Amino acid sequence: MQLKIQYYALMREQAGRSEELLETSAATPAALYGELAARYGFTLMPEQLKVAVNSEFTDWSRRLSAGDAVVFIPPVAGG
Amino acid sequence: MRFRLTSSAIDTDSARRELLDLGAGGYVSFEGWVRNYNEGQEVIRLEYEAFQELAAKEGERIVAEALQRFPLKHALCIHRIGALDLTDMAVWVGVSSVHRGEAFDACRFIIDEVKHRVPIWKKEHYRSGDSGWVNCERCAAAPIHAHQHA
Repeated sequence: MQLKIQYYALMREQAGRSEELLETSAATPAALYGELAARYGFTLMPEQLKVAVNSEFTDWSRRLSAGDAVVFIPPVAGG
Repeated sequence: MRFRLTSSAIDTDSARRELLDLGAGGYVSFEGWVRNYNEGQEVIRLEYEAFQELAAKEGERIVAEALQRFPLKHALCIHRIGALDLTDMAVWVGVSSVHRGEAFDACRFIIDEVKHRVPIWKKEHYRSGDSGWVNCERCAAAPIHAHQHA
């Protein structure tokens, strides 16, 4: 299935892109992060991240569907 | 919208006017400024980046929680994104209420929650020429370093 992945901050720099359409068989955000971390060499551990699907926080074990927009959220630093 | 992101300077006079209320006996605001020093490094400028859609939602939820938790009249938070220089205002929080106590408490609640929950990231540029994403570089480096030497 095809997913839309958006990258921010440190992960955007490490991936070298802000977003991409990705053909993947990853069934969950956890599996997807493993796939992407292997490809881009992300230095952040999954325990440090949150994940959002379709612009809402969600679980790492959520079942992904074709067309979902996925964002991995590095430790925040507003204010 | 009671939580806003903006790429231009925050107009505090106009924001404050939105909190005026015939029943309000007081108003408390907080301004977060860009300072020149963080964790042993001399900072010369900053960049803020946001996951705008979710940041707007989560920020709005925080202000709504403050309005439920404290007996306020009004509350508003505005956060900058993009490039900022030293002394620029990065964030503004304002609340109005009948009495001062809950206004101080609610203002503190909003800024603390925003710092912890809203998907906004800060990149510091240092005098040394180096730069880094706050809360991301050091904690990211630690486990990898430990692993290499295990």
